[in-house]
Amino acid sequence: MTNEECKKVVLDIIAEIAPDEDVSDVTSSVALREQLDLDSMDFLDIVMELRKKHGIEVPESEYGQLASLDSCAAYLTPLFNKSA
Amino acid sequence: MQLSRIVITGVGLTSPNGNTLDEFRSNLLAGQAGVTRIDMRYMGQVLAGICDFDAFKYQKRKEVRVGTRAGSISIYCAREAVADSGVDFDGMDKNRVGIYVGTTEHGNVETENEVHNISQFDYDTKYWSHHHNPRTVSNNPAGEASLNLKVTGPAYTVGAACAAGNLGLVHAVQMLRLGEVDFAIAGGVSESVRSFGIFAGFKSQGALAEHEDPNKASRPFDTKRNGIVVSEGGCLYTLERLEDAQKRGAKIYGEIAGYHVNSDATDYVLPNPERQTECMRAALDRASMKASDIHIVNAHATATPMGDIQECDAIRTVFADCPETYINNTKGYIGHAMGAAGALELAGNLGAFDDLTVHPSINVDELDPKCALPNLVLNKPVVAKRVDAILNNSFGMLGINSALIVKRFSE
Repeated sequence: MTNEECKKVVLDIIAEIAPDEDVSDVTSSVALREQLDLDSMDFLDIVMELRKKHGIEVPESEYGQLASLDSCAAYLTPLFNKSA
Repeated sequence: MQLSRIVITGVGLTSPNGNTLDEFRSNLLAGQAGVTRIDMRYMGQVLAGICDFDAFKYQKRKEVRVGTRAGSISIYCAREAVADSGVDFDGMDKNRVGIYVGTTEHGNVETENEVHNISQFDYDTKYWSHHHNPRTVSNNPAGEASLNLKVTGPAYTVGAACAAGNLGLVHAVQMLRLGEVDFAIAGGVSESVRSFGIFAGFKSQGALAEHEDPNKASRPFDTKRNGIVVSEGGCLYTLERLEDAQKRGAKIYGEIAGYHVNSDATDYVLPNPERQTECMRAALDRASMKASDIHIVNAHATATPMGDIQECDAIRTVFADCPETYINNTKGYIGHAMGAAGALELAGNLGAFDDLTVHPSINVDELDPKCALPNLVLNKPVVAKRVDAILNNSFGMLGINSALIVKRFSE
């Protein structure tokens, strides 16, 4: 999986859990919460969907890695590739 | 002590046969029921009353996804009631607004869904949703409404089995009279049609209705009645002290004249006509009314074989020699809306203050002789000479009884 593919996976999850949000022009380097109406429960939803759909575990101490699309890709892409 | 007079100034509702008071009332007068068949997990097809209100009218898609059906019903009804009241809600001090939502139960639906969810993952609880607790706390239906309407006053549920719709209103009256709030949004809601456990429980009890025609399945007082049709729905009212309502020139649907709540203390599920009789009489006493002052009695009758007979015994006792008192029932149209039942059924009769028309109990092809009350309105509406007061019965499991009296408003 490439970083761009990983970002697409995360955006698809966000589109599902935050259906009122327009995820078409999210800036990768900017924090997701600065661009989208996401709360703490939404981030737990992202963690849960990664677990359910992709078997990826994000420990609580690493939640900060999900702040932006870039940081998501940097953290998650190796995990996806490791589990593949 | 002189108690404040409390009036109804707005109504918001959703029922299986209408999403506004006008639509609901029109269908009651037209004999139009709203029961259907749905697929129920583990059970196959069951009969149920389903509402088709637009949840997205007042909620974002995420709020609907994260919240509960009961929360959506509360929000829809509360918003509709507030709009109907004509109050300047934006300009109101939200600390002085109370939300009191009657519920039969809450949390069954969400818990069953989560158990089903983790069953897809070999019952590994790490897949159990973090939304479970906020969805299942018993104040959820009122809490979601407080979030949506930005109400910062007291907002909570009143658990009272199937008497809960009346109890929400009773509690609002008390809080307005105590001066705890200045404006109350109150009534009852139910999401029970999404819980297989509710249906399976009634079926095991021998109290779940079945009929080849869904709209004929709920048939209180008929000899062939065979149980309850479970429904979802909600009805919330806005209530105010009379002086506040008059000050802003509010439309007044009626005045809460009296109420009473008591308990059977005799059985988990079987009703007790003696306590029901006492409940209705105590409500009349509180209203300083005689039985003959009541022109419509909305019976709670759920179409169980014994329950209908026992309530009829109680009504017969209280309303003996009351030739101008009509008896009707709403469950033939919409089934049993559980925590919403009392509030919805009251709403169905409010229009009679204007048109003097008493909607009938429907689906009575052969009246059970033991339910043959004088002036029981069957299958066709009746135009009464007067409709000045309505007594609304709502009873529930564990023996909770409520009777609420609403009278035509006059200075």
